[in-house]
Amino acid sequence: MFAYLVKRVFQAIAVMFVISLIAFAIQGNLGDPLRELVGQSVSEEVRQKLREELGLNDSFLQQYLRFAGNALQGDLGTSYFFKEPALDVILKKLPATLELVLGATLIIVGLSVPLGVYTAIKPNAVLSRLIMGLSIVGISIPVFLTAILMIFVFSVELGWLPSFGRGDVVQVWGYWETNFATIDGWQHIVLPSIALASIMLPLFVRLIRAEMMEVLQSEYVRYARAKGIHPWRIYFVHALKNTLLPVITVGGVQIGTMVAYTILTETVFQWPGMGFMFLEAVNRVDTPLIVAYLIVVGFIFVVTNTIVDLIYGLVNPTVNLARMGA
Amino acid sequence: MFKFASSVATAALIASLSSAAYADTTVRVAYDADPVSMDPYEQLSGGTLQLNHMVFDPLVRWTQDLQFEARLAESWEQIDATTMRFNLRKGVKFHSGNDFTAKDIDWTFDRIKQSDDFKGVFAPFVDVEVVDDFTIDLKTAEPFPLVLHTATYLFAMDSAFYSGTTSDGKDKSEIVKHGDSFASRNMSGTGPFVVTEREQGVKVVFDRHDGYWDTASAGNVDEIVLTPIKEDPTRVAALLSGDVDFIAPVPPTDLQRVEGADGVNLITMPGTRIITFQMNQNRVEAFKDARVRQAIDYAVNNAGIVDRIMRGFGTVAGQASPAGYLGHDPALTPRYDVEKAKALMAEAGYGDGLSITMMAPNNRYVNDDRIAQAVASMLSQIGITVDLQTMPKAQYWPKFDERAADMMMIGWHSDTEDSANFHQFLSACPDADSGNGQYNSGAYCNAMTDDLMNASNTETDPAMRGEALRKLEGILYAESAFIPLHWQNLAWGAKDNMNAGDIVNALNFPYFGDLVVSE
Repeated sequence: MFAYLVKRVFQAIAVMFVISLIAFAIQGNLGDPLRELVGQSVSEEVRQKLREELGLNDSFLQQYLRFAGNALQGDLGTSYFFKEPALDVILKKLPATLELVLGATLIIVGLSVPLGVYTAIKPNAVLSRLIMGLSIVGISIPVFLTAILMIFVFSVELGWLPSFGRGDVVQVWGYWETNFATIDGWQHIVLPSIALASIMLPLFVRLIRAEMMEVLQSEYVRYARAKGIHPWRIYFVHALKNTLLPVITVGGVQIGTMVAYTILTETVFQWPGMGFMFLEAVNRVDTPLIVAYLIVVGFIFVVTNTIVDLIYGLVNPTVNLARMGA
Repeated sequence: MFKFASSVATAALIASLSSAAYADTTVRVAYDADPVSMDPYEQLSGGTLQLNHMVFDPLVRWTQDLQFEARLAESWEQIDATTMRFNLRKGVKFHSGNDFTAKDIDWTFDRIKQSDDFKGVFAPFVDVEVVDDFTIDLKTAEPFPLVLHTATYLFAMDSAFYSGTTSDGKDKSEIVKHGDSFASRNMSGTGPFVVTEREQGVKVVFDRHDGYWDTASAGNVDEIVLTPIKEDPTRVAALLSGDVDFIAPVPPTDLQRVEGADGVNLITMPGTRIITFQMNQNRVEAFKDARVRQAIDYAVNNAGIVDRIMRGFGTVAGQASPAGYLGHDPALTPRYDVEKAKALMAEAGYGDGLSITMMAPNNRYVNDDRIAQAVASMLSQIGITVDLQTMPKAQYWPKFDERAADMMMIGWHSDTEDSANFHQFLSACPDADSGNGQYNSGAYCNAMTDDLMNASNTETDPAMRGEALRKLEGILYAESAFIPLHWQNLAWGAKDNMNAGDIVNALNFPYFGDLVVSE
């Protein structure tokens, strides 16, 4: 276990190095940050002076080494727009994004297991067909379209839920403010969570259904049936446990992907998280913030993947992590 | 919540904060952007000017019909060719509690001269002389016709509040473009509102300044919550669902929806930002021939573009200066005649056509990429094959600086609300030293028009000046120096009881201090 962890940490460091290099390499193609920092009638001379001050005239290698040196000391640069250390800006936005991902995850977990199991047990029922049909629709419609449609139906036409923002948030700890402490906060998180879940939920329903159907064909389920064990016990205790193994693996990776999908969801709902912040940073050519975001998201991916592997080992002890690491 | 205290704990601030608890008229505003900084002179942008009009006061300001209105200056007079004397309002207090006097204007002027973004606007001014506590002389090197235009940018900062050093030894008055500074986080002005809370990019909360000097104003808003909502559909939805009271801009695609919705009003006004195409004479030999440029002007159906692509939400242009500007000549009407265009092409020896490249941004001006596509297909009708490339503005501007295509799109709003500014940046002979023609990607150069601009820059008689500027526009029109398309219109959406129509203006910074919300 320990050897495995050490190996994963080294892998993570290598991945982070590559990400930083790529992030740094693309920033040169994003445009000129000076344009966003000055008014339109400012002379080229003044812009050149600012460029020099910001160190943008140095060679790529010089800029990267300066960045890497600072990064090793925990300084990922200063955002041009927020005028604060980029890492601070991201950490302040992180709770909003994580709560949104949590909201979506709750919806996905809460719905995908019963729906997946049901459609596996009764594949030909009308309701099953309806669920499968809807899941195709859910996968095909882009998140931002789902989001805009929901805003117009539930905010504008019906007036049930607010159209944008986080509403009343309550400070919990440090930078962390939560949506889950007030009714207003709950109302605000419902639509964005559903929008974010809309892509992943159908995927999981289909995945659980497929796995479940396979398991239900297996010998031990037939044996259990023959023994006369109650069907619900077979479905939810014996079969589901084995169904969930691959689901957890996929799920962990998808949580990382979901962090990426928040960019669209947060933008449409004006959700003050780091996905929205990232898209704005790209528009403003806020290069230090863009690089820092890519590094932080890369880090989240690496960490979630590692955790998923560990959980996998706990759920299925036959997987020998120590040997995998060796 | 990251609480943002707009000033040190002075009695005035405490008073205004406590009144906020009982705020009875709150207006929630959604814009497509929020100010980048609390420093009034860090960046010259619409967001900054909007903020300045809420928290500070200028010497004078524009009215809806582009006249000047007294603010911190009560009256003014020209005392010699290069001096304008301003008599300042007495009894005005800053948010910090300090008294406003002439020395604050003097101090602010000196600070502006340090600002990269604003010093260009103030370049013709050499000094502010303090005559007495409530009188100043604004001096220019040469006679200058735009003294009042520029005075709309002179917002009084609280010199005592912004002087000295912070706890970590930084000068409180410094202007920092890309980092933290005292002025970018703290404010003390004389304006109708104080900023009590700010989370950049998420929201800014303004509370009414109880001691506001303008008691004649009927403004009754106690609190304004400004939320930037970048996405057009979300901003419109926020207004229609009642989550906000006032939005700007209303995108052209949603004008009818906002107009037709119950309980909300659509307010529109012709804007002053001109959208144009420039034809680079250094890159394309044919563009040196005025007949080819005219042919392009005749080939472009800009009325059709306004009608179909802009859905009527623009004012078709035949020149740079919009109606109301001194240089506007109503005789210079938009041209469109494909047959005539073909004839001109043949006459110039390009009857067989030619191939050019074109670039336009796709997220800077309203419908910019679609307009460029339309222009490209219109040009194909007269035998000009266009290789069009559109890109986000972040990538577009460096390309524009390189003059990377034969025809490039540029929109311009005159900082001074004056015609000469269009020529200075868009069509004057390019000159790195003076900065003239900085955005002239067409490389058009004509000594006559430059002379007319220079003459108008020192001509203080409006009649003579207007004549020179109209003549200038006439030459650019006759020569087809560039292709004018349209002036973008402005649109705001507001709840019925807001009376928002009274506070908006063509400059696009509504005067929220004067906003009267009916019961």
